[in-house]
Amino acid sequence: MEVLFSFWSWYVAGPVIALVMVFLILFGKRFGVSSNLETACSILGAGKINDYFKTDWKTQKWNLVFILGALLGGFISRQFLMTDETSHISAETKAWLSSIGFENAGGMFLPEEIFALDSLSNPKVLFVLILGGLLVGFGTRYAGGCTSGHAISGLSNLQLPSLVAVIGFFIGGLVMVHFLFPLIFPL
Amino acid sequence: MKLIKFLLIGIGFGIILAKAEIVSWYRIVEMFRFESFHMYGVIGSAVLLGVIALQIIKKKNIKNFEGQPIVIESKPKQYSRNLIGGIIFGLGWALIGACPGPLFVLAGFGYVSILIVIAAAVFGAFLRGIWVK
Repeated sequence: MEVLFSFWSWYVAGPVIALVMVFLILFGKRFGVSSNLETACSILGAGKINDYFKTDWKTQKWNLVFILGALLGGFISRQFLMTDETSHISAETKAWLSSIGFENAGGMFLPEEIFALDSLSNPKVLFVLILGGLLVGFGTRYAGGCTSGHAISGLSNLQLPSLVAVIGFFIGGLVMVHFLFPLIFPL
Repeated sequence: MKLIKFLLIGIGFGIILAKAEIVSWYRIVEMFRFESFHMYGVIGSAVLLGVIALQIIKKKNIKNFEGQPIVIESKPKQYSRNLIGGIIFGLGWALIGACPGPLFVLAGFGYVSILIVIAAAVFGAFLRGIWVK
Protein backbone atom coordinates (compact mmCIF):
# COMPACT_ATOMS: atom_id res chain seq x y z
CA MET A 1 0.00 0.00 0.00
CA GLU A 2 2.87 2.33 0.76
CA VAL A 3 3.71 2.70 -2.91
CA LEU A 4 0.24 4.14 -3.48
CA PHE A 5 0.94 7.09 -1.20
CA SER A 6 4.53 7.81 -2.12
CA PHE A 7 5.78 9.79 -5.08
CA TRP A 8 5.48 8.04 -8.46
CA SER A 9 8.50 8.07 -10.69
CA TRP A 10 8.79 9.19 -14.31
CA TYR A 11 9.00 5.61 -15.56
CA VAL A 12 5.50 5.03 -14.21
CA ALA A 13 4.04 8.33 -15.40
CA GLY A 14 5.47 8.40 -18.94
CA PRO A 15 4.13 4.97 -19.96
CA VAL A 16 0.72 5.70 -18.40
CA ILE A 17 0.47 8.96 -20.35
CA ALA A 18 1.35 7.06 -23.55
CA LEU A 19 -1.39 4.58 -22.63
CA VAL A 20 -3.90 7.43 -22.18
CA MET A 21 -3.10 8.61 -25.69
CA VAL A 22 -3.36 5.10 -27.15
CA PHE A 23 -6.69 4.44 -25.42
CA LEU A 24 -8.15 7.70 -26.72
CA ILE A 25 -7.01 6.78 -30.24
CA LEU A 26 -8.45 3.27 -29.93
CA PHE A 27 -11.74 4.82 -28.87
CA GLY A 28 -11.68 6.86 -32.08
CA LYS A 29 -10.54 10.16 -30.51
CA ARG A 30 -7.27 11.99 -29.93
CA PHE A 31 -5.23 13.26 -27.01
CA GLY A 32 -5.26 17.06 -26.86
CA VAL A 33 -6.39 19.06 -23.86
CA SER A 34 -6.17 22.64 -25.11
CA SER A 35 -8.98 22.10 -27.68
CA ASN A 36 -11.30 22.24 -24.69
CA LEU A 37 -10.48 25.93 -24.25
CA GLU A 38 -11.98 26.61 -27.69
CA THR A 39 -14.93 24.35 -26.96
CA ALA A 40 -15.57 26.39 -23.82
CA CYS A 41 -15.62 29.56 -25.95
CA SER A 42 -18.17 27.97 -28.29
CA ILE A 43 -20.38 26.92 -25.37
CA LEU A 44 -20.17 30.42 -23.89
CA GLY A 45 -21.54 31.85 -27.15
CA ALA A 46 -18.38 33.08 -28.87
CA GLY A 47 -19.88 31.86 -32.16
CA LYS A 48 -22.14 34.91 -32.11
CA ILE A 49 -19.08 37.17 -32.22
CA ASN A 50 -16.83 35.19 -34.53
CA ASP A 51 -17.42 32.36 -36.98
CA TYR A 52 -14.22 30.68 -35.78
CA PHE A 53 -16.21 29.45 -32.79
CA LYS A 54 -19.28 28.40 -34.78
CA THR A 55 -18.65 24.72 -34.25
CA ASP A 56 -20.84 21.93 -33.02
CA TRP A 57 -19.36 21.63 -29.54
CA LYS A 58 -21.39 18.50 -28.89
CA THR A 59 -18.88 16.54 -31.01
CA GLN A 60 -16.28 17.55 -28.38
CA LYS A 61 -18.29 16.41 -25.38
CA TRP A 62 -16.03 13.38 -24.90
CA ASN A 63 -13.03 15.71 -24.42
CA LEU A 64 -14.88 17.81 -21.84
CA VAL A 65 -15.76 14.59 -20.01
CA PHE A 66 -12.09 13.61 -20.21
CA ILE A 67 -10.93 16.81 -18.47
CA LEU A 68 -13.76 16.49 -15.97
CA GLY A 69 -12.20 13.09 -15.22
CA ALA A 70 -8.76 14.71 -14.87
CA LEU A 71 -10.28 17.16 -12.40
CA LEU A 72 -11.78 14.25 -10.44
CA GLY A 73 -8.39 12.52 -10.58
CA GLY A 74 -6.90 15.58 -8.88
CA PHE A 75 -9.61 15.47 -6.23
CA ILE A 76 -9.13 11.73 -5.61
CA SER A 77 -5.36 12.19 -5.31
CA ARG A 78 -5.79 14.96 -2.78
CA GLN A 79 -8.36 13.10 -0.70
CA PHE A 80 -7.05 9.55 -0.76
CA LEU A 81 -3.56 9.24 -2.20
CA MET A 82 -1.39 11.89 -0.58
CA THR A 83 0.64 11.82 2.60
CA ASP A 84 3.44 14.37 2.58
CA GLU A 85 3.07 17.97 1.47
CA THR A 86 6.14 18.20 -0.72
CA SER A 87 7.26 18.28 -4.32
CA HIS A 88 10.44 16.20 -4.39
CA ILE A 89 12.47 18.71 -6.36
CA SER A 90 16.24 19.09 -6.40
CA ALA A 91 18.09 21.07 -3.73
CA GLU A 92 19.49 23.39 -6.44
CA THR A 93 16.02 24.42 -7.58
CA LYS A 94 14.92 24.99 -3.98
CA ALA A 95 17.95 27.15 -3.25
CA TRP A 96 17.48 29.22 -6.38
CA LEU A 97 13.77 29.76 -5.69
CA SER A 98 14.58 30.85 -2.13
CA SER A 99 17.02 33.38 -3.56
CA ILE A 100 14.23 35.03 -5.57
CA GLY A 101 11.88 35.18 -2.63
CA PHE A 102 9.99 31.88 -2.53
CA GLU A 103 9.71 30.64 1.04
CA ASN A 104 8.95 26.96 1.51
CA ALA A 105 10.12 26.16 -2.04
CA GLY A 106 9.22 22.57 -2.85
CA GLY A 107 5.80 22.48 -1.23
CA MET A 108 2.79 20.84 -2.81
CA PHE A 109 2.11 21.83 -5.61
CA LEU A 110 1.94 25.58 -6.03
CA PRO A 111 3.80 28.38 -4.22
CA GLU A 112 1.71 30.37 -1.76
CA GLU A 113 3.30 33.58 -3.00
CA ILE A 114 1.29 33.24 -6.24
CA PHE A 115 -1.59 30.89 -5.49
CA ALA A 116 -2.67 31.37 -1.86
CA LEU A 117 -6.07 33.03 -1.63
CA ASP A 118 -4.83 35.79 0.68
CA SER A 119 -2.15 36.67 -1.88
CA LEU A 120 -4.95 37.75 -4.24
CA SER A 121 -5.22 41.11 -2.51
CA ASN A 122 -1.85 41.90 -4.12
CA PRO A 123 -2.69 43.28 -7.60
CA LYS A 124 0.61 41.94 -8.95
CA VAL A 125 -0.44 38.41 -8.00
CA LEU A 126 -3.74 38.81 -9.81
CA PHE A 127 -1.85 40.20 -12.80
CA VAL A 128 0.48 37.16 -12.89
CA LEU A 129 -2.45 34.71 -12.72
CA ILE A 130 -4.37 36.44 -15.51
CA LEU A 131 -1.30 37.01 -17.69
CA GLY A 132 -0.21 33.39 -17.26
CA GLY A 133 -3.66 32.13 -18.22
CA LEU A 134 -3.86 34.41 -21.26
CA LEU A 135 -0.43 33.29 -22.49
CA VAL A 136 -1.36 29.61 -22.05
CA GLY A 137 -4.75 29.99 -23.75
CA PHE A 138 -3.64 32.19 -26.63
CA GLY A 139 -0.31 30.44 -27.15
CA THR A 140 -1.59 26.88 -27.21
CA ARG A 141 -4.36 27.69 -29.66
CA TYR A 142 -2.12 29.79 -31.91
CA ALA A 143 0.47 26.99 -31.88
CA GLY A 144 -2.28 24.44 -32.59
CA GLY A 145 -1.80 22.38 -29.44
CA CYS A 146 -0.20 22.12 -26.03
CA THR A 147 1.93 19.58 -24.22
CA SER A 148 -0.58 16.80 -24.87
CA GLY A 149 -1.47 17.66 -28.46
CA HIS A 150 2.01 18.61 -29.71
CA ALA A 151 4.64 17.25 -27.29
CA ILE A 152 3.01 13.84 -26.71
CA SER A 153 0.59 13.17 -29.59
CA GLY A 154 2.39 15.15 -32.29
CA LEU A 155 5.91 13.95 -31.52
CA SER A 156 4.62 10.37 -31.19
CA ASN A 157 3.29 10.75 -34.72
CA LEU A 158 6.64 12.24 -35.87
CA GLN A 159 5.08 15.57 -36.81
CA LEU A 160 7.50 18.34 -37.74
CA PRO A 161 5.02 21.12 -36.79
CA SER A 162 4.88 19.60 -33.32
CA LEU A 163 8.66 19.57 -33.01
CA VAL A 164 8.71 23.26 -34.00
CA ALA A 165 6.00 23.99 -31.41
CA VAL A 166 7.87 22.10 -28.67
CA ILE A 167 11.05 24.03 -29.49
CA GLY A 168 8.89 27.16 -29.07
CA PHE A 169 7.59 25.89 -25.70
CA PHE A 170 11.19 25.58 -24.52
CA ILE A 171 12.32 28.95 -25.86
CA GLY A 172 9.41 30.59 -24.00
CA GLY A 173 9.95 28.59 -20.82
CA LEU A 174 13.69 29.19 -20.72
CA VAL A 175 13.28 32.94 -21.30
CA MET A 176 10.63 33.12 -18.56
CA VAL A 177 12.58 31.22 -15.91
CA HIS A 178 16.09 32.46 -16.64
CA PHE A 179 15.48 36.09 -17.62
CA LEU A 180 12.01 37.14 -16.47
CA PHE A 181 11.65 35.33 -13.11
CA PRO A 182 14.38 37.45 -11.45
CA LEU A 183 12.56 40.58 -12.71
CA ILE A 184 9.05 39.46 -11.73
CA PHE A 185 9.69 37.84 -8.34
CA PRO A 186 9.35 38.49 -5.46
CA LEU A 187 5.90 39.90 -6.16
CA MET B 1 -23.03 5.97 -20.91
CA LYS B 2 -20.79 6.03 -23.97
CA LEU B 3 -18.93 8.88 -22.34
CA ILE B 4 -18.07 7.11 -19.10
CA LYS B 5 -14.93 5.53 -20.56
CA PHE B 6 -13.54 9.00 -21.21
CA LEU B 7 -14.30 9.95 -17.62
CA LEU B 8 -12.35 6.92 -16.41
CA ILE B 9 -9.38 7.58 -18.70
CA GLY B 10 -9.45 11.20 -17.49
CA ILE B 11 -9.42 10.10 -13.85
CA GLY B 12 -6.38 7.92 -14.50
CA PHE B 13 -4.70 10.82 -16.31
CA GLY B 14 -5.44 13.20 -13.42
CA ILE B 15 -4.13 10.79 -10.79
CA ILE B 16 -0.89 10.13 -12.67
CA LEU B 17 -0.30 13.87 -13.20
CA ALA B 18 -0.80 14.51 -9.49
CA LYS B 19 1.10 11.51 -8.12
CA ALA B 20 4.14 12.06 -10.34
CA GLU B 21 4.11 15.80 -9.47
CA ILE B 22 3.69 16.77 -13.13
CA VAL B 23 1.16 19.33 -11.90
CA SER B 24 3.73 20.88 -9.57
CA TRP B 25 4.77 24.45 -10.35
CA TYR B 26 8.15 23.60 -8.84
CA ARG B 27 8.70 20.72 -11.25
CA ILE B 28 8.24 23.00 -14.25
CA VAL B 29 10.77 25.51 -12.90
CA GLU B 30 13.14 22.62 -12.18
CA MET B 31 12.72 21.33 -15.73
CA PHE B 32 13.50 24.68 -17.34
CA ARG B 33 16.55 24.99 -15.08
CA PHE B 34 17.73 21.50 -16.13
CA GLU B 35 18.08 20.49 -12.50
CA SER B 36 16.33 17.13 -12.67
CA PHE B 37 15.70 14.39 -15.19
CA HIS B 38 12.14 13.84 -13.93
CA MET B 39 10.05 15.83 -16.44
CA TYR B 40 12.32 14.82 -19.32
CA GLY B 41 11.86 11.21 -18.27
CA VAL B 42 8.07 11.61 -18.21
CA ILE B 43 7.78 13.31 -21.60
CA GLY B 44 10.61 11.31 -23.18
CA SER B 45 9.30 7.89 -22.17
CA ALA B 46 5.72 8.85 -23.14
CA VAL B 47 6.90 9.95 -26.59
CA LEU B 48 9.16 6.93 -27.09
CA LEU B 49 6.37 4.50 -26.25
CA GLY B 50 3.91 6.66 -28.22
CA VAL B 51 6.08 6.44 -31.36
CA ILE B 52 6.29 2.65 -31.01
CA ALA B 53 2.54 2.29 -30.37
CA LEU B 54 1.55 4.46 -33.35
CA GLN B 55 3.98 2.63 -35.63
CA ILE B 56 2.43 -0.70 -34.62
CA ILE B 57 -1.08 0.70 -35.17
CA LYS B 58 -0.10 1.93 -38.65
CA LYS B 59 1.95 -1.10 -39.75
CA LYS B 60 -0.62 -3.64 -38.58
CA ASN B 61 -3.61 -1.56 -39.73
CA ILE B 62 -5.14 -2.00 -36.32
CA LYS B 63 -8.81 -1.01 -36.17
CA ASN B 64 -10.26 1.00 -33.33
CA PHE B 65 -12.75 -0.39 -30.82
CA GLU B 66 -15.61 0.61 -33.10
CA GLY B 67 -14.11 -1.47 -35.89
CA GLN B 68 -13.13 1.56 -37.98
CA PRO B 69 -9.66 2.06 -39.48
CA ILE B 70 -7.54 4.38 -37.34
CA VAL B 71 -6.71 7.67 -39.02
CA ILE B 72 -4.25 9.87 -37.16
CA GLU B 73 -4.46 13.35 -38.63
CA SER B 74 -1.28 15.15 -39.51
CA LYS B 75 -0.74 18.48 -37.77
CA PRO B 76 -1.22 21.43 -40.18
CA LYS B 77 2.15 22.79 -41.33
CA GLN B 78 2.03 26.33 -39.98
CA TYR B 79 5.58 26.61 -38.77
CA SER B 80 5.61 30.30 -37.86
CA ARG B 81 2.40 29.86 -35.85
CA ASN B 82 3.75 26.69 -34.25
CA LEU B 83 6.88 28.55 -33.20
CA ILE B 84 5.37 31.89 -32.13
CA GLY B 85 2.38 30.30 -30.43
CA GLY B 86 4.76 27.82 -28.85
CA ILE B 87 6.94 30.59 -27.42
CA ILE B 88 3.88 32.43 -26.07
CA PHE B 89 2.60 29.25 -24.44
CA GLY B 90 6.07 28.43 -23.09
CA LEU B 91 6.22 31.81 -21.32
CA GLY B 92 2.86 31.09 -19.69
CA TRP B 93 3.69 27.45 -18.91
CA ALA B 94 6.76 28.47 -16.93
CA LEU B 95 5.07 31.44 -15.24
CA ILE B 96 1.99 29.58 -14.08
CA GLY B 97 3.71 26.19 -13.80
CA ALA B 98 0.91 24.35 -15.55
CA CYS B 99 -0.15 23.48 -19.07
CA PRO B 100 -3.86 22.97 -19.86
CA GLY B 101 -4.20 19.40 -18.50
CA PRO B 102 -2.67 20.15 -15.10
CA LEU B 103 -4.83 23.29 -14.78
CA PHE B 104 -7.89 21.07 -14.41
CA VAL B 105 -6.14 18.56 -12.15
CA LEU B 106 -5.09 21.43 -9.87
CA ALA B 107 -8.65 22.75 -9.80
CA GLY B 108 -9.81 19.33 -8.62
CA PHE B 109 -6.97 19.28 -6.13
CA GLY B 110 -8.60 22.29 -4.48
CA TYR B 111 -6.56 25.27 -5.66
CA VAL B 112 -9.18 27.99 -6.03
CA SER B 113 -6.86 30.57 -7.63
CA ILE B 114 -6.37 28.20 -10.56
CA LEU B 115 -9.95 29.01 -11.60
CA ILE B 116 -8.78 32.54 -12.42
CA VAL B 117 -6.02 31.06 -14.61
CA ILE B 118 -8.51 28.75 -16.37
CA ALA B 119 -10.89 31.64 -17.04
CA ALA B 120 -8.01 33.71 -18.43
CA ALA B 121 -6.88 30.75 -20.58
CA VAL B 122 -10.38 30.43 -22.06
CA PHE B 123 -10.32 34.16 -22.77
CA GLY B 124 -6.87 33.75 -24.34
CA ALA B 125 -8.26 31.06 -26.64
CA PHE B 126 -11.10 33.47 -27.48
CA LEU B 127 -8.59 36.24 -28.34
CA ARG B 128 -6.78 33.83 -30.66
CA GLY B 129 -10.06 33.12 -32.42
CA ILE B 130 -11.00 36.75 -33.01
CA TRP B 131 -7.42 37.82 -33.76
CA VAL B 132 -6.47 35.37 -36.45
CA LYS B 133 -8.60 34.18 -39.31
